[in-house]
Amino acid sequence: MSQDILYSKTVKGGGMWSNVISRGKTLRLTDIEGGANVGMLLYNEAQPIERYNMPDTLKGQHIFYLTAPYCLHSDMGRIFCSITEDTAGWHDTVCGCSSAASVKAKYGEYTYQEGRNDFYRNARENFLIELGKWGLGQKDIFPNLNWFSKVVSDEEGNLSFVEGASQSGAKIELRFEMDTLVVLNTCQHPLDPNSEYAPKPVLLEVFKSEAPSADDKCRLSRPENERAFETTEDYYALRA
Amino acid sequence: MLQESSLNSENASYTEIVLAGDHWMREIKKGQTFRILDLEGNQAADTLFYDAAEPTNRYSASDTIQGQANLYLTTGTKLISTEGDVLLTIVADTCGRHDTLGGACSRESNTMRYAHDKEHMHACRDSFLCGVQNWGHGMDKRDITCNINFFMNVPVTPEGKLTFADGISAPGRYVELKAERDVIALISNCPQLNNPCNAYNPTPVQVFIWD
Repeated sequence: MSQDILYSKTVKGGGMWSNVISRGKTLRLTDIEGGANVGMLLYNEAQPIERYNMPDTLKGQHIFYLTAPYCLHSDMGRIFCSITEDTAGWHDTVCGCSSAASVKAKYGEYTYQEGRNDFYRNARENFLIELGKWGLGQKDIFPNLNWFSKVVSDEEGNLSFVEGASQSGAKIELRFEMDTLVVLNTCQHPLDPNSEYAPKPVLLEVFKSEAPSADDKCRLSRPENERAFETTEDYYALRA
Repeated sequence: MLQESSLNSENASYTEIVLAGDHWMREIKKGQTFRILDLEGNQAADTLFYDAAEPTNRYSASDTIQGQANLYLTTGTKLISTEGDVLLTIVADTCGRHDTLGGACSRESNTMRYAHDKEHMHACRDSFLCGVQNWGHGMDKRDITCNINFFMNVPVTPEGKLTFADGISAPGRYVELKAERDVIALISNCPQLNNPCNAYNPTPVQVFIWD
């Protein structure tokens, strides 16, 4: 299937990006070198008080991690986007993001004055910088997604980061079901044991997607998702 | 880790019973100890904490999980804020495990999780909204973040499944926290009638504060 790429952008390691992606479009993320991490937050463009909800996403689908054909739920019973493709297989959404303090403790300090644009960035600050451009801020930060990072739990709840889980060329595709403000950064995962500051680049591509059919695999992956699709459709029926 | 408290409830400087479906919000001063008692067992006390001096600095489930590299809350857990500060520390726990992945029920999520016709049913996020609106000081829905579910058991398997298991709490079990700075606590005593974890019967909890 050939897709006309409407937008393409490589975000360097430690970088950040935000834009609105409307329903009916798909965002493809590619881990160019392997070992990337994409921290992501999602908001309803029309009313950003509606935001990605980690607990509803997990408990609605009885999962602890994300992969296709699951969906990303808002806090209003609706679906921001469906994971239509995934070659990595496991993505974290419970561990949050790095901060200035955690980056300093793990990697040390490397300032702009020393390194110019190679200075050490952290995910929380990158989120806040991008959120600020949309009139949002600290109150709007919620547990985020960490694409391409795999974290597993043992029976006692102890977490381990699985190194090498995402290989060069790994891709995920997010088909948007709502007009969504996407805020992301490419800082390292907070539990990545690598002691070297080495965030990896990610390719973003956006293309138009077919409207989900009645037998769409994401829609039917759980009865909870089917109901959330219906609530999303009601929302747009009323707005149209 | 199971740990009993040496504090006597008769010496508490404050106590109140929070009925099922009600919310409760109060400031707890640095150094005070705060206990939530599960009176009848397997009740979920959905709880949020804020730095009283700056409520945008609030309890963060992901920072708390990240800080201890563990999903469950029990004795010794430091409740970490969005700014990386320790808001409170769990100092006693006779239940053994508390959840912070499951979030709070809402009328909207009830339609997703159970059925569209459950939309009218009372839910924790409505209680949280009432709580922050009554509190004032500019607090609103943006302040309602991912909460703690004291007394709730949401096990995760190594294969990545998440389940709402039968509770491991029982009548008389409690969790006790020491405030590491002045904090505001907001509890919604969960009114959920669609989930077997509370045997479809929400019950009261009791809160205590010691100076």
